[in-house]
Amino acid sequence: MHYYTYDGTFEGLLTVIFEVYEQKAWPDKIEKQGQEQPGIFAQNKFIPTDEVKAARVWTGLKKKLSENACTDLYKTFLWEQPGFEMLIFRYVELVFASQANIEENFAADCVRQISQISRQIFREKHRMEAFVRFQKTADSLFYATISPDYNVLPLLKDHFEKRYADQRWLIYDLKRSYGLYYDLEKTDFISLEETQVNSKTGALPNNILEEKEPLYEQLWQTYFHHVNIPERKNKKLHLRHMPVRYWKYLTEKKPRLNG
Amino acid sequence: MKETVQEKLKILADAAKYDVSCSSSGGKRKNTNKGLGNAEGMGICHSYTEDGRCVSLLKILLTNFCIYDCAYCVTRKSNDIKRAAFTVDEVVDLTLNFYRRNYIEGLFLSSGIFKNADYTMERLVRIAKKLRTEHKFNGYIHLKTIPGASDELIKEAGLYADRLSVNIELPSENSLKTLAPEKNYAEILTPMAAITTQLKQSKEEVKLFKHAPAFAPAGQSTQLIVGASQENDHQILSLSSQLYQNYNLKRVYYSGYVPVSTDSRLPVLVNPPLIRENRVYQADWLMRFYGFSASEIADEKHPNLDLEIDPKLSWALRNLQVFPIEINTADYELILRIPGIGVKSAKRIVAARRFTPLHLDHLHKFGVVLKRARYFITCAGKSPELRDYTEQAIRRRILFGEGSVRNSLVKQQLELFQQAS
Repeated sequence: MHYYTYDGTFEGLLTVIFEVYEQKAWPDKIEKQGQEQPGIFAQNKFIPTDEVKAARVWTGLKKKLSENACTDLYKTFLWEQPGFEMLIFRYVELVFASQANIEENFAADCVRQISQISRQIFREKHRMEAFVRFQKTADSLFYATISPDYNVLPLLKDHFEKRYADQRWLIYDLKRSYGLYYDLEKTDFISLEETQVNSKTGALPNNILEEKEPLYEQLWQTYFHHVNIPERKNKKLHLRHMPVRYWKYLTEKKPRLNG
Repeated sequence: MKETVQEKLKILADAAKYDVSCSSSGGKRKNTNKGLGNAEGMGICHSYTEDGRCVSLLKILLTNFCIYDCAYCVTRKSNDIKRAAFTVDEVVDLTLNFYRRNYIEGLFLSSGIFKNADYTMERLVRIAKKLRTEHKFNGYIHLKTIPGASDELIKEAGLYADRLSVNIELPSENSLKTLAPEKNYAEILTPMAAITTQLKQSKEEVKLFKHAPAFAPAGQSTQLIVGASQENDHQILSLSSQLYQNYNLKRVYYSGYVPVSTDSRLPVLVNPPLIRENRVYQADWLMRFYGFSASEIADEKHPNLDLEIDPKLSWALRNLQVFPIEINTADYELILRIPGIGVKSAKRIVAARRFTPLHLDHLHKFGVVLKRARYFITCAGKSPELRDYTEQAIRRRILFGEGSVRNSLVKQQLELFQQAS
């Protein structure tokens, strides 16, 4: 039995895969260090991240896969659900064991699962693109809180950079305690020591908001309620598109502001 | 001032909401000027109302003052409702501030007709122009073309808007005459044709000159109301099919008529015909993505869509001689016609069968709805069903579950009971 642990980075995971092939010791489990179960029948072996080894695995994969398929592997890493490391390993194993490109072999479980995960990630990313609600602060920063099911923040950079090129913005993942900040020139990952954000509503305290911010929030709520057609009420459909777990940060789902 | 914008927004959002078009996709407007917004690629639904419809654009009327008196319209002249009008700057300000907060993808602007068509159209164009030129706004703009507006204004509108649309409103000229006496098909189809010509011309120009101005890059759409007049589904689908072919429309939207009026020219409806509207949309999808023609979905013999089952299943049941279809060898086009198989699973089937022969188990994992598909396929020569069923038997089994003769009897009795009471 071979149990591996790594530092939780994508490069770290690729290094593990490199070592597995180097030592021909096939893994039964790969886990992030600190989250592993103490092994009874096997020793947990920690593999330190090595950029060169990781890059060799990645280059090898790129030769045998399309760019989309490589991105899907990275997305599976961002998926973060239990067992994702072994799933990535099984996929890589199949890639290197096959002559032909296997990325459309949906009859193989790992290929189909990863393609399904890729769709889940896409959906979550798309939801974040839709459900982010910025609040404008007095110093003209547009701030939004998110806490997505999967770690999709790195995938959001492109979309928001292109869209809001002329305003400073910060999207902060409260669940994973890091954010994406655009300062009109470049976008960086940042992490805040402490936030003033209300953890329930994701909102900033009123005293740092721009003066007209509450007005626009109120106008948006008004619009949202008046564009509804009561005769067509369809709660089931509403919930399918907008599951309740996403409501907490949505301006239009918060208690009506006076107006 | 604050109150007035709130009040206006209430009135003019209320008035615009019966227009169902919400699409914000298909644009190619990139943010190249470091301005605000980006409308390339797929659309985004930012929110959903309690009726389950998406909120993608700020959909408002510039004004609900109107000189026309169309029976089906909430804004008609004779209707006793509050009237309001936005100023150009108010619309610009709302659009920008909603967009900056990521509430919307852009603006959908329509209007009641005040004074005359050109006067109204000119205002709509001015708003789009201001957003694009003064505010470097690259979000999505959908402008409604006012029937009767001049060609020059329509041409100008297309320079600033991503999508233009003229509503055909009703599925036949006769109904239009009865319900909207001031409108006629010519006035609607002329601008529609003008837009089609412009779109073609602009595409040619872009081919020749890279920087030729794009004309409404997301194309044009239209909407018609279902259930406010007597036309059957066969007539509606034939009309849509013609519109797709002759005018190159991106979308035809269908709006189940919501009773907003007690006009004697209109049918008495208690509820909007939601199931019918849904079936018409399914049929529209079959025409656009599944290679069906309008006459295959509904014809003179079957003028109306089956409300109990979807139109694809309905077609399959009428054409049992086409089935069973062998999953491992049939063409993609045929696989698309199997009930329970959508575009995604059809693509997966065609991709995966190159690696290995596919079984029922694979199909299930690909997301095929076997409850429907099982009666119409074979996998490597084997049928999932041990015997052949008649059209009626398949229908019953799909609707009420396997072997549930009892269930269907109960349902039949209930229906009889309802008819009697």
